[in-house]
Amino acid sequence: MNDFPSANPTQDADLIRHIEERALFARLETVRLISIAKTGHYASGFSCAEILATLYYGVMRLRQGEPDWPARDRFLFGKGHAAATLYPLLADWGFFDAAELDDYTRLGSAFGDHPDMTKIPGIDFSSGSLGHALSTGAGVAMGTRMQGNSANVFVLLGDGELHEGQIWEAALGAAHHDVSNLIAIVDRNDHSLDGHIGGVTGIEPLADKWTAFGWDVHEVDGHDVPALLTLLRGIASDTARTRPVAVIAKTVKGKGISYMESEFGWHLGWLAEQDELNAIEELRNNA
Amino acid sequence: MSIAPGLQPESWHLLTLLERAPGLHILADTLADLVDEGHPIVAGTADLKYSNGLIRFQNRHPDRYVQFGISEQHMVSAAAGLATTGLQPYVATFASFMALLACEQIRTDVAYTKQNVRLIGHHAGITLGFYGTSHHATEDLAMMRSIPGLAVIAPADTAQLGLALRAASTYDGPIYFRIGRGQDPDIYSSQSEFIIGRSIQHGRGADLTIIATGSMVHPTLCAAEELRGEGLSVGVIDMHTIKPLDEEAIMAAAAHSGALMTVEEHSTTGGLGGAVAEVLTERGLGTRLHRHGLKDEYALIGPPTHLYRHYHLDSAGIATTARDFINRRGGSPQ
Repeated sequence: MNDFPSANPTQDADLIRHIEERALFARLETVRLISIAKTGHYASGFSCAEILATLYYGVMRLRQGEPDWPARDRFLFGKGHAAATLYPLLADWGFFDAAELDDYTRLGSAFGDHPDMTKIPGIDFSSGSLGHALSTGAGVAMGTRMQGNSANVFVLLGDGELHEGQIWEAALGAAHHDVSNLIAIVDRNDHSLDGHIGGVTGIEPLADKWTAFGWDVHEVDGHDVPALLTLLRGIASDTARTRPVAVIAKTVKGKGISYMESEFGWHLGWLAEQDELNAIEELRNNA
Repeated sequence: MSIAPGLQPESWHLLTLLERAPGLHILADTLADLVDEGHPIVAGTADLKYSNGLIRFQNRHPDRYVQFGISEQHMVSAAAGLATTGLQPYVATFASFMALLACEQIRTDVAYTKQNVRLIGHHAGITLGFYGTSHHATEDLAMMRSIPGLAVIAPADTAQLGLALRAASTYDGPIYFRIGRGQDPDIYSSQSEFIIGRSIQHGRGADLTIIATGSMVHPTLCAAEELRGEGLSVGVIDMHTIKPLDEEAIMAAAAHSGALMTVEEHSTTGGLGGAVAEVLTERGLGTRLHRHGLKDEYALIGPPTHLYRHYHLDSAGIATTARDFINRRGGSPQ
């Protein structure tokens, strides 16, 4: 199935470099925002930084400063607890003033640990309670399609989120209704809050599950920007597709910080001042 | 017409049920009319199109109909997603599954996000009598009423359901409709007035005002007639909108009547009775109040009419309850 033309190295080199640079920016901003809140989901955001950056800078149809542009592609964040990694990208698109992030999570801020569509321009649907986003995303995709709008609807799911039964209701329903403009991306970082997914409640064979539910399935390295760009751009521009699409993006939870990559406890945490400075340096060095 | 060769004409199955019980036709027919009139309505259900009659909507507007299968939580969340694209989704299933099974989806995806989704909880209360507790919804008003920004409407009959659906088509905000099984006797007509949040007064009473909602309005009107025949001065309020609640009507009734009684096919905890008690208490009124409904219990199995009689929710039972209440001076009966 991975027969989309590869990212053209010369033509796309600048774009790939830009996406990688924006992924680093998203990680650095994540560190900054969590330093304000004094609690946050570093590792969950780090695992999907390249996925988010590839979508927002290389794949999705968006307009600068127009978060409500009707023809835009939509993005729903199933694993909403990683929102701190998304907010900086939305600010980049001019959907709100980046300075608003300086008050991240403070009393009355629009920006909390989970994304809120009623408060933040550019959030296509609120999330936080796991398992809802594939359903809300399916609804958005059906609604746009019913009205002749060809927008793609991307839903980024956590792999632990797949424990939720509603995900599989949505998987059945979207396949039954051939909601082909719905693209689910699973951030397969292999960890949930209590540890290794296989130890908490196993989900393999995952590709087989999506296939059995009637979805087209692709697998990709979720930190390999050229591969992500090739695959996601190929899917988004494939107007002949007839089924919803699942992309299993293999990732490393905490990607970019050595001790976070090897300790699942960093699902939630906070870095004191000197540790934060060291983390920023490590992220820059690893980029 | 016989449903199969050799069967008696009285025999029936699911596909002929709607012809036998047309009371819910108004749901699908009104929504289909609204589509004809240009409203961006989408209707969906969770494998109950013969029970709620949405098959009739599907027949008229197949492109605006979504079958969600037995996936109530998915249906509610997807309806919220549909609403973000400018459509106005109406999704229907048994009230027990809508309000209880999909409660969190209603709270988080529909109400919190202020989406214009209309949730139809049908066969509410104990109308599914002998189907048992899994199919009874006697907590839904309490649960839905506690969700910020969600309007809660319980029409009293078929005509009022049609009026309420029309009113909803121009209402900004999510709504939970609590409806029965389409067998409530007629009170209103398609020409009656219906305004969301404004109750309907059926006579005033110096001795007692009975505030009823949904399926209990008709038996309450009959009970009031019976009590008036005995020389009592009894008024009735049809509180079709539980939220936003018509507090002024409650205040006026409290000022005019010696006592208030609420009647609902629901637990006396947190529903209409709870809502009225909150108003009286917060306004510092000492008007006697009796909340009539199901106590803190699960209903028995039985045919609905038998259950209504057992729980004093038929007109005779409501009249007896009211009479006992009025005659017992100095405090609410237990």
